[in-house]
Amino acid sequence: MRPLRHRIPLLPLLAGLLLAVSIGAGCGFGTENAGGGEGEPETEGITLYSGRIAAALGGANDAYEADSDTDVEVRYAASADLGAQIVEEGENSPADAFFAQEFPAMGAVEDAGLLAELPDDVLEMVPPEYRDPEGRWVGVTGRARTVAYNSDVLSPADLPENPLDFTEPEWEGRVGWAPITGSFQEYMTQVRLAYGDEAARDFLQGMVDNGVTAYPNNVALRDAIANGEIDAGLINHYYVAQAIAQEGDDYPVELFYPKQGLGSTVLLTTIGVLEGSDRKEEAFDYVRFMLNDESQSFFTTSSKEYPLVPGVKRDPSLELPLAKIPAPPSEPLDLAELQQTVELMEETGAL
Amino acid sequence: MEAGTQSLGDAGFEAPPARRSMAARPPLVLTALGILVALAAVLPALYLLIVDAGAIGDALSAAFSSRVAGILVRTLALVAAVVATAIVIAVPLGWLTVRTDLPGRRLWATLCTLPLVIPSYVGAYLFVAALGPQGLLADAIGAGSLPSVYGFTGAWIVLSLFTYPLILIPVRGTLKRLDPQLEEAARGMGRSPREVFRTIVLPQLWPPIAAGALLVALYVLSDFGAVSILRFDSFTSEIYVAYSSAFDRVETAALGTVLVVLMVIGLWVASRLRNRHALHRLGPGSARPATPVALGRWRWPALGLCSAVVAIALVMPVGVLVYWATQGIDDGSTTLGAVAGFAGNSILTGFWAALIATVAALVVAVLAGRFPNPLTRFIERCGYAGYALPGVVVALAMVYTATRAAPFVYQTVALLIFALTIHYLPLAIGSIGSSLAQVSPRVEEAARGLGRGPLTVLRTVTVPLVRGGILAGSALVFLHALKELPATLILAPTGFDTLATDIWRQTQFGFYEASAIPALILLAIAAPPLYLLSERGTVAS
Repeated sequence: MRPLRHRIPLLPLLAGLLLAVSIGAGCGFGTENAGGGEGEPETEGITLYSGRIAAALGGANDAYEADSDTDVEVRYAASADLGAQIVEEGENSPADAFFAQEFPAMGAVEDAGLLAELPDDVLEMVPPEYRDPEGRWVGVTGRARTVAYNSDVLSPADLPENPLDFTEPEWEGRVGWAPITGSFQEYMTQVRLAYGDEAARDFLQGMVDNGVTAYPNNVALRDAIANGEIDAGLINHYYVAQAIAQEGDDYPVELFYPKQGLGSTVLLTTIGVLEGSDRKEEAFDYVRFMLNDESQSFFTTSSKEYPLVPGVKRDPSLELPLAKIPAPPSEPLDLAELQQTVELMEETGAL
Repeated sequence: MEAGTQSLGDAGFEAPPARRSMAARPPLVLTALGILVALAAVLPALYLLIVDAGAIGDALSAAFSSRVAGILVRTLALVAAVVATAIVIAVPLGWLTVRTDLPGRRLWATLCTLPLVIPSYVGAYLFVAALGPQGLLADAIGAGSLPSVYGFTGAWIVLSLFTYPLILIPVRGTLKRLDPQLEEAARGMGRSPREVFRTIVLPQLWPPIAAGALLVALYVLSDFGAVSILRFDSFTSEIYVAYSSAFDRVETAALGTVLVVLMVIGLWVASRLRNRHALHRLGPGSARPATPVALGRWRWPALGLCSAVVAIALVMPVGVLVYWATQGIDDGSTTLGAVAGFAGNSILTGFWAALIATVAALVVAVLAGRFPNPLTRFIERCGYAGYALPGVVVALAMVYTATRAAPFVYQTVALLIFALTIHYLPLAIGSIGSSLAQVSPRVEEAARGLGRGPLTVLRTVTVPLVRGGILAGSALVFLHALKELPATLILAPTGFDTLATDIWRQTQFGFYEASAIPALILLAIAAPPLYLLSERGTVAS
């Protein structure tokens, strides 16, 4: 048949090309990650699983590498995914330390018995309310849970002093949340512990019945408020603070810190060292470094979070001091509490 | 092997008795390889069983709750809607681009196949960006309220638009190979073209439609990105919630097991459909290309249909990406060097996954297609095990197995490639299998009759004959491995980013401009194999 003749050279050509490119890519990959090869099994570096994105961690991480002469191999992904992954890996996890953006992931790892006890000097760097009573993780930065609203449509006077009032009919179809995020579930757990299961259920059910819009993450939620899709939402403060820093004061989304109930509260980013790590000392050093003044200042200026170490100045754009925002409950959340919240959310259709 | 000799009767009355035993007993090497492939493919399902067994009570109550029933109904409704829509889009396009005098039909064929390169999560966020509230369209027409793009409707439209090529490709392949003699005879007896299509062509299209529909159904069952962006709670998003919100392995596994059961039912239905029809030419000689049907005044509606599909499923998404890409370059948020590295990694993993999956699928397809017996049919079914499970579950199974049994492969490219291979093996099995079904076993029997050994026949006769299917299968695996997200996120070595993981990471934080260039490069890499698939891969040898 006619097409047969000119069809033949194309296939080997294409296959050869792909092979060449993939071998090239493979070589490049091999040299970059020589640490994993047989030649030098004893690298000086540590492996960090980071639920924080490179932009939020990178500066502090680079400073540590330069300062300590230790390589840090960072695995970036969502905190929840990394937490589940460490639990699945068990004691054989390649991770030496885990930096969680949302707490539930750290709780899952602690619950699986995979975290090592931190040295006292590390724990004592932050006030007791920001660390694990068992001494297995420590808070690094604080993130306020608060309300964001579209300032073209609303003024602070329009907003409820208690976000639980978003279940009122006047807010029907105008509010959003991001229920799948760890930070929302952590927040709901705090609401549940503070006000009881019934109140939490009523709130979740009330929101669902009131036509709350669910977004996959806080960025999508913030953008939906910015473009007028909804008027307000329950959010972490820094998503808005960062956008204002980038877009300028014309940015149509503002933060509102409700004064009642758990209207505003602080959630922690946390770091822990894995019991299975054979480089615990280096990993403890890494944690120490994340809590020093330099790193704490980096976190507050670059990603607009609250420093947890006393004496470190917060970024001037952060409206309320950390002390004015209710701290997390003194008993830190354990995983069973979080799972109960998730069950409640599933029951009410919030998840 | 016992099973092989016992099922001689299965060979039916196609081959004369003297040659039966040769036809029915697969070579030992092939069987051994087939068993290995089957074992690898069922690894994720075994993992589910291990976790289920560890907490059987919890698993059962999770699997049989009324909530699961609700999600099941919702998900199956989505599967049915997407499959039906994909068939309705794919069959006319297939017929128009193969059997008619449609102007530029080769070009249309390629353009209509290309939406397959767009990952469904990219398709979903582009769809929202274009048609969502305050999206580009709403801005353009100044309308405050458009019909909601979220929920069932959005998931249905997006998944249909980006999966129909899975049916279009096998339908075109079959149409090109169909022997026109029957149709000519029917026309000669005075039947109208429409009657000929309905009574002669359509029945022969059922196998490729069934094969494609199965792939679409499995794709919808295991898709996570699109449904989560479009806020439709399907089975997969529930599994993701169980996995990452509740950190509940047992619920994850229980829901995953329900998915496996669904897949088994789907496979059974598909195999029933396939067995009901004769697939290969009965007459001697080779098929001639059919004379194209003159469209006449139907040419314009036909062109309209093709343009509409291409505009919605290809031009619009690529247009938005190009628009964002220009902005991403302007504000310097994209570094081309980094993107080139991601592209290299994507090609590396995709290429090897495609190569290994194709060889494995050839083994499985030849065993099941040429030596049908209970064992080979079982091997074929096992081969499909990886695809209905969401990538998350496949990846978790790898994490679990590798950290315990083979820590030295954990977080290596090799393990990632292995996972992608077993996850997308069914694409290659389906493609090679249906292509094999169209070649009469008599050709191979003749070769064997001339004294060649079974493996020599496989190499010199069977493989060249099904080259179209092999190409199509490997191209499909390559494409899907390129787009795969959750498995890559979990299994890639630390610091090893691909285009897919980079796109996901950027869009997670709303950096759409920065995601556009990697997305366009992904499309550019995926397009040539897809071209192969739509044109050369399906030309009969």
